[in-house]
Amino acid sequence: MSSANVRLDPDAFKPAEARRLAQKISRPSLSYWQDASRRLRKNPRAMASFVILVGMLLFTIAGPWVWRVGPAVQDVDQISQPPTFGTAATALITEPRAPWPGVTAAPPAGDSANPLTAVTNLRLFEPATTQGIRLVWDPLPGVAAYVVYRNVYDPASGRALGLPLGETLDGEHVSYEDRLDLTPQRYWYSVVALNGDGVESGVHATLAVDTVRAVSADEAVARGWAQSSENLKAGDHIQLPRHPLGTDYLGRDLLARLMYGARVSMFIGVVAPALFILIGIVYGSAAGFIGGRADQALMRVADFVMALPFLLFMILLKIAFGIGPGESGIFPMLVALTLLSWPSPARLVRGQILQIREEGYIAASRLLGARTAYLVFRHMIPNTMGVILVALTFAVPSVIFTEAFLSFIGMGVSPPTPSWGSMCNEGIRTMLSHPHELIFPAAFISVTVLAFNLFGDGLRDALDVRMRGRE
Amino acid sequence: MFAYTVKRLLQGIITVWFIATATFVAMHAVPGDPLANNRAASEEIRKNLEERYGLNRPVLEQYGVYMRNLSRGDFGISFTQRNRRVNDIILQHFPVSATLGILSIVFAALGGILWGSLTALYRNRLPDVVIMFLVILAISVPSFVVAAIGQLGLVTLNSTFGFTVLPVAGWGTLSHMLAPSIVLGLGTMAFLTRLMRSSMLEIVNADFIRTARAKGLPPARIFLRHELRNAILPVITVLGPAIAAITTGGFVVELVFAIPGLGRFFVEAVQQLDYTVIMGTTVFYGAFLVFMVIVVDLVYGVIDPRVTLK
Repeated sequence: MSSANVRLDPDAFKPAEARRLAQKISRPSLSYWQDASRRLRKNPRAMASFVILVGMLLFTIAGPWVWRVGPAVQDVDQISQPPTFGTAATALITEPRAPWPGVTAAPPAGDSANPLTAVTNLRLFEPATTQGIRLVWDPLPGVAAYVVYRNVYDPASGRALGLPLGETLDGEHVSYEDRLDLTPQRYWYSVVALNGDGVESGVHATLAVDTVRAVSADEAVARGWAQSSENLKAGDHIQLPRHPLGTDYLGRDLLARLMYGARVSMFIGVVAPALFILIGIVYGSAAGFIGGRADQALMRVADFVMALPFLLFMILLKIAFGIGPGESGIFPMLVALTLLSWPSPARLVRGQILQIREEGYIAASRLLGARTAYLVFRHMIPNTMGVILVALTFAVPSVIFTEAFLSFIGMGVSPPTPSWGSMCNEGIRTMLSHPHELIFPAAFISVTVLAFNLFGDGLRDALDVRMRGRE
Repeated sequence: MFAYTVKRLLQGIITVWFIATATFVAMHAVPGDPLANNRAASEEIRKNLEERYGLNRPVLEQYGVYMRNLSRGDFGISFTQRNRRVNDIILQHFPVSATLGILSIVFAALGGILWGSLTALYRNRLPDVVIMFLVILAISVPSFVVAAIGQLGLVTLNSTFGFTVLPVAGWGTLSHMLAPSIVLGLGTMAFLTRLMRSSMLEIVNADFIRTARAKGLPPARIFLRHELRNAILPVITVLGPAIAAITTGGFVVELVFAIPGLGRFFVEAVQQLDYTVIMGTTVFYGAFLVFMVIVVDLVYGVIDPRVTLK
């Protein structure tokens, strides 16, 4: 066979032209993450939660720029005030308080009834304000003195008459002025007559009095509610500082505290899981990749840390790190959380790595000459990302819970730094009389945790490979 | 089985040793010293107290004494309560916590199994949707809020009826235990309901259920003998961690409902920096949890014939 017989056509060595398909019927190729995000976006519950979470984040970060009230500023005139959504509380401007001589009247002639009858015609001398309440009643014959009681609920049906305010000088003094610690609310005043032996009659007259908040013009200026007293005249109404969500038991603005409290709760809730999951990734992937004895030893250590009773050790570590004066105690909590929580993501990642190590694409990549570091960072860790992300979303609510729990039992952030948990702790004491102080922080914790849980559920479904390609 | 039990117990003992050591280290890292709250008025009293509590010895020796005492089950004497041994405190207050915990576990397990199988039976229908919504809600509300709401509910209940239907706080009779154990068990119940639902949904589609149905067994029998018995197994595996969650969650409930349990005592001890009580309680709780997990694992091996313990 000679070479002359072989005819080579130079055209045969030209690169082939890419043939364009006349028609292409295929779905656009979706990467894993595109597919997951598409499925996530089709999940209404997860998306609603996402919107709530973004709203919470805005509330936390941008809130204090809009609502410029300090979380530690006390408004002593509005303590434990319920939420006022529309109008602000107002105060009536009155003349400066003048001394009141009281009213005297000669008792009608005649012997005292035995037993003494009830006081009649108990009435207000002038409209009741927080500046003072002046009571007048008709004299009874043969009475040595009258005792005045005040209560915050109706003393009818044999309930206690309340706080004994005082006693009149004698039977001729038939008036009483109460200036003791008045707040704008309803009071029940009861007047009881005393006989000559100083024994109270068993019957009383009661008057319900609705008290109006009032200040004198000078007082209003002194409290910073008005610039000057010139334009203020008696009968005017002056606006008090607004507290849309009310105030707590020290008169601190609840909205401002919720915003600052959210900073603490969200900060710990996001940073701590990020930290311990990062440690978990490093530790777990090292253990899973190295394998053998080292893996056994590393995992034994993780098991030990997991066996520690979590909340007890959170408390122990928190006191071990200590809180210096003026510190909020956020940092020790962060460290304690990280120290105690890393083993569970580490185990998770190790399990994933062990599984992925045996996959065909790893072997293929190794055959193609991939180095270990490349394998770990290009194939193994990205493929565990889905599981890690889900673990992260579920870790956030549990950390928020832990923070709230610790702050609730007084082991969390130290006052005056607010956190949702410590606000609940304070709110629970006044739960019966002022439920809003508990309801608001509790609702914020619950809604945030709920949103994270639902979002985590949605994320888990979206990242589940078995669900891939489904609508 | 026996060899497995011994192995697990040995592992448990090593774990408890680790917990005890970690507790010791953590407590010795606490700033300040146990005699700081003005009890050591003068230098002499201070010396005497240090002698009494062994605080003037080297740390390693203290550790040795601590471990020796622990191995004999002696947790030491309280720092703040005069002449009270930590063992007495635990003996007196732990039964209260344990009673509360057992009641809540029973409540949580029964409720979780009931609601979980209900949701699976009515899958994607109204009962399922309603119950699963409540479950998500129960998981998302912190235990102290549930406790507070429960208490508020009791107050309203009592005032509408005009007499004490259920006491709002305190401890003693069964009626005292009812409300706190329900509150304490609620979160765990929600968790178990979810678990039970998914395990039930898996079982319902299993081959042996189809066989049972094909045999013509009555639905009630299929449900009780075939579905329920198999679906409960995963619930039992998580009872160990659930016990841990309930015993530590008990702190708050004990605090809110004024129950004289060990959890409340621990919180008080921490606030007063009562070193021995803190260490004793932590080690005791740790050991309790470790062995509870072992017991649950062993029980699981007994009731599930597919599991071989080795």
